[in-house]
Amino acid sequence: MTLLKRGLTRRRVLQTGMAGIIGSGVAPLMFTKGAWAQEFCNNPTGDTVTLGFVMPLTGAYADEGADQQRAFLLAVEHLNGEGDGGLLPTFSSKVLKGNGILGKKVAYVTGDDQTKSDAGRDAARRMIERDGAIMISGASSSGVAIAEQALCQEMGVIYMAGLTHSNDTTGKDKKRYGFRHFFNAYQSGTAIAPVLGEAYGKDRRAYHLTSDYTWGWTQEESIKNATEAMGWETVAAVRTPVGAGDFSQYITPVLNSGADVLILNHYGFDGVNSLTQAVQFGLRDRQANGKDFQIVLPLVSDLMAQGAGEAIKGIYGTANWDWQLDDAASGAFTRSFGAKYGQPPSQIAQTSYVQALLYADAVERAGTFYPPEVIKALEGFEFDGMGNGPTLYRAEDHQCLKEVLVVQGRENPSTTFDVLQTVQKVGRDVADYDASIFEGELGPYDAALCA
Amino acid sequence: MNIFYLPRRDAITLAVFALVVLTMPIWLVPFGAAYPGLMQKFAIFAIFAVGYNVLFGLTGYLSFGHAAFLGVGSYTAVWTFKLMTMNVIPAMIFAVIVSGLFALAIGFVSLRRSGIYFSILTLAFAQMCYNLAYSVLTPITNGETALQLTINDPRVLDLMFSERGAGLPSPSLLGQGMSGIEAFYVVAVVLLIAFYIAQKIFVSPFGMMLRAIKSNQTRMHYTGFNTRPYALTAFVISGMYAGLAGSLLAATDPLAGAERMQWTASGEVVLMTILGGVGTLIGPVIGAWLIKYFENIFSGFNDAMLHHTFSWLPQGAQDVVVAITSKFVGEGWQLSLGLIFVLVVVFLPGGVMEGIRRFSSIFRNRREPGPTGALKTSPAE
Repeated sequence: MTLLKRGLTRRRVLQTGMAGIIGSGVAPLMFTKGAWAQEFCNNPTGDTVTLGFVMPLTGAYADEGADQQRAFLLAVEHLNGEGDGGLLPTFSSKVLKGNGILGKKVAYVTGDDQTKSDAGRDAARRMIERDGAIMISGASSSGVAIAEQALCQEMGVIYMAGLTHSNDTTGKDKKRYGFRHFFNAYQSGTAIAPVLGEAYGKDRRAYHLTSDYTWGWTQEESIKNATEAMGWETVAAVRTPVGAGDFSQYITPVLNSGADVLILNHYGFDGVNSLTQAVQFGLRDRQANGKDFQIVLPLVSDLMAQGAGEAIKGIYGTANWDWQLDDAASGAFTRSFGAKYGQPPSQIAQTSYVQALLYADAVERAGTFYPPEVIKALEGFEFDGMGNGPTLYRAEDHQCLKEVLVVQGRENPSTTFDVLQTVQKVGRDVADYDASIFEGELGPYDAALCA
Repeated sequence: MNIFYLPRRDAITLAVFALVVLTMPIWLVPFGAAYPGLMQKFAIFAIFAVGYNVLFGLTGYLSFGHAAFLGVGSYTAVWTFKLMTMNVIPAMIFAVIVSGLFALAIGFVSLRRSGIYFSILTLAFAQMCYNLAYSVLTPITNGETALQLTINDPRVLDLMFSERGAGLPSPSLLGQGMSGIEAFYVVAVVLLIAFYIAQKIFVSPFGMMLRAIKSNQTRMHYTGFNTRPYALTAFVISGMYAGLAGSLLAATDPLAGAERMQWTASGEVVLMTILGGVGTLIGPVIGAWLIKYFENIFSGFNDAMLHHTFSWLPQGAQDVVVAITSKFVGEGWQLSLGLIFVLVVVFLPGGVMEGIRRFSSIFRNRREPGPTGALKTSPAE
C-alpha cells in the first residue's frame, strides 16, 4: 500500500531498468548457447519432428494453395500411420512404416505465402527460427519457390519445392538444399510441340502472353524454342503482370497481329481469367491466315480447368499428373484423397504429397536427419509407385525425371472434376535433357546452424 | 547548449523505449513472437512508421505512397551488396541517399497540392514506381522474381580483399555476420537512433513549424511563412526513414521484391500510424508491431492448433468454436485485423495511445482529483 501511495521513485525505476538491461545482455548468450548445442539447424531432439508447409492461401494462386494444404495434411496423416496409408504401400521404397520419421511423430506448421516472395520467406523463417521446422515444403509460384529455396540453403534446411515449373528452380537458381519433383517448362516444350504440330500444322504464327516473372519468362522461352524448331513463327511475346485480373487490354492487340495461335503462359487465376476472356472475345471462332484460330495453355491444372468451365474445351496443355491415370498408385492416391476431402486431387496435391513422402523416405534411408546425408540419399534416387512411373531424382540439378502428360480440355465432361483428358504420355527418355544446358551451381553441402 | 540534449520527459521515454526494444527476446516469448525473423521485422517496420509519422503526424500530409521509398531503399541496398560489398553500412547510406532523392522529386511535385489531392498524387507516384519495377525496369529489379544475390556478382570492394567463396555470401556489419539474433540487435540499435532523431525533430523549432502547418497552413501564409520548404523537408526526411527501413529489410534478408512497393504496403503504414496514434512518437511503433504480429502469427494458426488450444472444451462445443475462430486466423488474419481497426477508429480515434492515456487518467483522477469542473466538459453558452 505504501508503495502505491508513494508512487514509483526514480531509484526504483533505475533498479528495475538495470535488471532489464542485464537481462537483455544475458539473453543473446542464452540463444547462442542453444544454437551450439545442436550440430545442425533444428535437429529434432524430442519425440516429434516438425515439418513446415508454406502455401499461397491468398493471392493469384490461392486455389492451388488450398489443394496443396489438403495434400500435406494427408501426407502427415499417412506418415503417422493414420488413414489408409495412401501411397506408402505402392511406393517402391519400403522403409516408411507409418510410425513417423525415424520413430518420431510428424508434427507440422503451416503458413500463407500470399503468392509473394517476401511473405513466403517470412513464413519460412518463422517456421525455421521459432517452430524448429527441419524441412520446408510448398509454394505454387516459381518466384516464391526460388526465394524460399535460397533462404533454406542459407539456413541449412532442406526445401522440397511444391508446384514450380520455371526452368530456373533447378537451373540458374538451383540450390544444394532444394529439390523439385514437378516437371519444368523445358520438358513442357519438348512434350507439347509435336502434339501441337500434328493438331494445328507446322506453319503457325504464335502470339505469347506471358506472366512477368521467372516462370513466365522461362516457359515463354522454352515453348518458343520448341515450336520454332518445328517451323512455327513467333509474332510477339507480351508480358503481363501477375494477378492482373483483366486481360482485355492484352487480348485486343492479338486480333490484328497476324497471329493464328495464342499461347497463354499464365497459371492459376491468371490462366483462368485470360483464357476465359480470350474465348469471350471470340478468338476461337475466328479465322486467321486461312486457319482456325487456336489457343494453347502450356501448363494447365484441374483446378484451372474447373475454373475456366466451357472455355477449356479442346485446349491443349501439359500436366505433371492427372487423377484419372490408371496405374495403381494414382488410383490409391485419388481414393485416399477423395475419401478425406470428397474431391479428386489436382496435380499440385500429388506433387506436394509425394515431396513430403520422398523427404521422409530419404531420412529413413539415411538413418539421420543430418541434412547433408539426407541430400545424398535423395540425389540420384530412383523410385516408382508414386503415380508418375519410374522416376529419377537427378543428382546434377535435383530435378525429377519422369513422364510428362499432354492433356486436352474434355469436350463432354461427365462430372465437374472430369475436365482434362490425357492425349499422350511422353516417356521419360523423351522428356529427359542434359542438366548442363542451364547454368547455375548447387553450392556446398555443409550443414548450417540456422544461418 | 548541448546538441544531444533532450527534455527530461523525452529522455525518460527514450530510456523506457530502449528497454522495451532491447528486451524483446524476453517479453515476446509468451506471445510466440520471440524469433529473430519477426523481431527484426518489428524493429524495421517501427523505423518505417516512426519516419512516416514525421510527415503525417506533424504536418498532417497523408501520403499514400511511402512504400515506394521502402522499395527503392531495398533495391539500392541489394545493388550495393551485388556491386560493391556485403557490408551493410554502405548499403544503408546509399539507400538513404537514393530514397531521399526520390522523395525530393516526388515531394516537389506532390506538395503543390494538399489534402486528398496530395494523397492521390503520392499514391499515383508509388503505383508508377511499382509498375515500372514490374515492367520497364525489370533489368534492374528482376520483376516478380525479386532481386537476389548470385554467386557471380561483381562485389568489387569485397573481392579486392578476399577470394570468392563456394556459397552465397551474406550481409555483414564490419565482419560480424548479420543473421539471427545479432541482426536483431543491430536493427534495434538503428531503431533507437532513428527514434531519438525523431524525438529531436518533434521538440525542435522545425517540428513546431511542421505542427503549425498541420493546424493552419493559411494562417502561416498570412504571417509571411513559405510553408512548402518545411513540408518538403519533412517529406524527404520521412522518405529517408523509409529508405533506411528498406535497406535494413535487405540487410536482414538480401532480397528485394516489387511487392514491397505495392499500394497495399503504403496503406499498411497508414494503418500502423492510425492504429497506434497519429502524432505521438510511440503510437506508430505500437501500430507497426500489432500489424506485423497479426500478419506473421495469426496467419500461421491452423485448425490443428485451434483444436489443441480449445481441447479443454467438450467435443461438440470444441468443433463449433474452432469452426468460428478458424475464420479469423490463418488466411483470415486480415479479417481480424480489419475488425480491430474498425473498433479502434470508432472507439479510440487517437489510436492505442489514446486508450493508454484514458486508462492512465482513470488512475490519476482517482488518486488526486483535479480542480473541480476543470476537466468536465460543459455545453457552451
